[in-house]
Amino acid sequence: MNHTPVPLLFEASRPGRRCTRYQGANRTKAAAGLPAGELRDAPPALPEIAEQDLLRHFTILSQKNYAISTQFYPLGSCTMKYNPQVNEAIASQPAWAHLHPLQESGEVQGALKLMHQLQADLAEATGLPAVTLHPAAGAQGELTALMCLRAWLNDQDQPDRRTVLIPDSAHGTNPASCTLAGFKVQSLKTGPDGLTDMDDLKSKLGPHIAGLMITNPNTIGLFEENIAEICELVHEAGGRVYMDGANFNAIVGVAKPGDFGIDMMHLNLHKTFSTPHGGGGPGSGPICVTEDLRKYLPAPQVIENESGYLLATPSLSIGRVRGYHGNFMVLLRAYSYIKRLGAEGLRRVAENAVLNANYLRVKLNQHWRVPFDGICMHEFVARPTKEMKENGVHTLDIAKRLIELGYHPPTVYFPLVVAEAIMAEPTETECKETLDGYIEAMIQIAEEARRGDEALHKAPQNTPVSRVDEARAVKDPKLCFTCG
Amino acid sequence: MPYIPNSDADRAAMLTEIGVNSVDELFAPIPKDIRTDGPLAIDPGLTELDLREHVAELGSWNRPAGTRPCFLGGGTYNHDWPALVDHLQSRTEFLTAYTPYQPECSQGTLQWIYEFQSMIAELCGCEIANASMYDGASAAAEALMMASNIKRRKRVVVSAGLHPDARATINTYVKHLNIEVVEAPLVDGVTAWGDTVNSDTAAVLVQQPNFLGTVEDLDAVTAKAGEHDALSICSLYPIATGLLRSPGKAGFDIVVGDGQSLGVPMGYGGPHFGFFATRQKFVRQLPGRLVGESVDTEGRRAYTLTFATREQHIRREKATSNICTNNALIALRGCVHMAALGPRGIEEVACLSRQRALDLADALPGATDAIQLAFPDRPFFNEVAFRATGGDVAVTRLKNALAAANIAGVIAASQWYADLDGVFTLACTEKTRPEHIERLVQVASETFQMEVAL
Repeated sequence: MNHTPVPLLFEASRPGRRCTRYQGANRTKAAAGLPAGELRDAPPALPEIAEQDLLRHFTILSQKNYAISTQFYPLGSCTMKYNPQVNEAIASQPAWAHLHPLQESGEVQGALKLMHQLQADLAEATGLPAVTLHPAAGAQGELTALMCLRAWLNDQDQPDRRTVLIPDSAHGTNPASCTLAGFKVQSLKTGPDGLTDMDDLKSKLGPHIAGLMITNPNTIGLFEENIAEICELVHEAGGRVYMDGANFNAIVGVAKPGDFGIDMMHLNLHKTFSTPHGGGGPGSGPICVTEDLRKYLPAPQVIENESGYLLATPSLSIGRVRGYHGNFMVLLRAYSYIKRLGAEGLRRVAENAVLNANYLRVKLNQHWRVPFDGICMHEFVARPTKEMKENGVHTLDIAKRLIELGYHPPTVYFPLVVAEAIMAEPTETECKETLDGYIEAMIQIAEEARRGDEALHKAPQNTPVSRVDEARAVKDPKLCFTCG
Repeated sequence: MPYIPNSDADRAAMLTEIGVNSVDELFAPIPKDIRTDGPLAIDPGLTELDLREHVAELGSWNRPAGTRPCFLGGGTYNHDWPALVDHLQSRTEFLTAYTPYQPECSQGTLQWIYEFQSMIAELCGCEIANASMYDGASAAAEALMMASNIKRRKRVVVSAGLHPDARATINTYVKHLNIEVVEAPLVDGVTAWGDTVNSDTAAVLVQQPNFLGTVEDLDAVTAKAGEHDALSICSLYPIATGLLRSPGKAGFDIVVGDGQSLGVPMGYGGPHFGFFATRQKFVRQLPGRLVGESVDTEGRRAYTLTFATREQHIRREKATSNICTNNALIALRGCVHMAALGPRGIEEVACLSRQRALDLADALPGATDAIQLAFPDRPFFNEVAFRATGGDVAVTRLKNALAAANIAGVIAASQWYADLDGVFTLACTEKTRPEHIERLVQVASETFQMEVAL
């Protein structure tokens, strides 16, 4: 990693330095006819930096990051897998990148056909026939589906069903999306086997229930074995079942959510379908629903008729949740990925993701506490042993020591149902040697933690910065240079 | 199989370690009766070569607007960006990194986000900005929800000049929260606030310039909002700040918008990024991610995600928003582009876009009687509303004639504004050349001359 301190752009700014230039601008001409009150006196005080210095600034910054291209990144639930280069090459083509969203459908038949085919492939993979590619991200997909649920309940004359059941192991977006969609959240317990507690579920079903949001495989990395019965119970109680598809990569090609009773789900194209995480987005969160819910999907959807492909609005659509048609450039990458892999390749994704996760699990379960130590799906949760905790070693220390050893840490302190959780997901694109290297590092850290090594609390020391004072960032907030 | 490194021998060795005989056994937790029989009905995989050719063939059915003279606007503009932007977006350490939750190995992402926040705050004229949103439409909806929470009022007033997709998004979002949306109509191309704002109003939202291109009177908005202690919100076209004042400086409480014009490909509408700026005192009500400056254990300057207690992964159902991403990679484009433009660059882009629009507004009605300025007394920035005397039929004729001449342009207003039959918009940017305008004017004049001759 690059340790060179990089001044902020504003600090490096020198009057008169330039990068981008255009010819022919004339402020007097441009300002003529505009109301004087709306004109500004001086241009915005953006930094003034020459091209090479800008390039160097951002290049050095990039070298202060861990990334999949340089590091193993076993972040549970995040599916940090290889992002194929060919998808980036395809996305840079002007035939896609330079399409304007308000072009007539006749000028964008390639894009619409691609979206139509992607809708069909996602429907096939999930067993849920009606698909919208509109939502901008997984969390927005959840919200969109919950809005469809509201619309359906209203049409059933059941507007008072306002409670959504959510297992306590769920992602935080699930309850947050419920609130935004106007639902109340009731939490479901996770049983001692790491699965949704069936008795707790049965006791909470009733005429006030709008539905259930469930992640399957769940965030502990276990397949909810009773899923078919769970769905039946919720249906009998008059609700619908939503599946958070964050972990779909564990079962793609192996089982279809539509076949085990799911009514609605979202897919994170940046997870199962390999589009890059980009340091925190953009994602894309298509939702797939049963046929009877198709009419509520957000506008627009791509349909085919005699004249070709076009954008259409479902009859009882909940409306839009964003501008234009979806994160098309992300859809393009996911489409390319599916076409490259085909049916067999997609199934191999699940098989190898599950194989890699189980390999990690059995190699680490003697050194770490693995609370649910049976066959896992694509990820598993470990935690420090009692002895480590008595030494004052916390999961945070483990994570920071991993950084020092050159690994991005797994997801930590999540799911909330396991204290000090370390949730690791290797993905299918890592080879055995990479996994072995990580296993060695984790075994080394386990030994250090059992010894109570002081160094664990100081890690990482070899990164551009050491542990950051997060409390100070809140107490004495500096959120932007110009106001500092 | 593509992208899967382990060989059969590797897999066999791993299965032995696990203590099972086959990968199938690992799927034992999935009950047999719900497993999929046989392969998915998805076409067999392609080689990389076949994939590239397949997608190129599909792409040949598109006629991208951005590779020819393009006068399409409507919230997405055919702006230029330097090669630097594409290069830095493809830096693999930015492209393939995760959300910077671990600051020690994410200082690159964290520092550029801090710089992005600072530059966005400068353009908006606000104290703080977040790490970005999905897009302009959802940012506008989030702004109204935030205002409703701050003011504890359940009514908002939105200009009909806001992008129609943003208005539709707002309606979808807020109806589940029992917030009433009142629309202030456009009269002669500008928002007529009338008595739409009252003491129950949480916020007043205007777009600058509005969807038909007209520059709105910002003081009218802050005055109306101030009168009733409501928040004022502006949805901003950021390029306009090269010439027009920043809404925050005009007294706006929240400034949002779509960042596509800041170095982002039109990309058939996404992903773009949304931006969100406001006053520091509202930081705890802010949606989305936020990066702050702090120090590490050695006292060195360091950046970190901060005020996470607002966010869904901590606050769950009590979060300020359910948003879990910040379209970082696209915001990176915006960050590099803003820095590359600098003060002079953004002024040049703004001036050129406006100058070309002035040329077009002059030339087009001058060439044919069939087209006039729709709102001749209203100021515009880079997008101009015209009126075809022949109504929407004439608008379609013009659009088709331009398409035949390989020019992209003409957005008919009546699809969103029923009373604006015959009104259409054309937009210019720094990429619009005088000869593009000449050609467009020539095609228009020929189209309507022929009409007269017929």
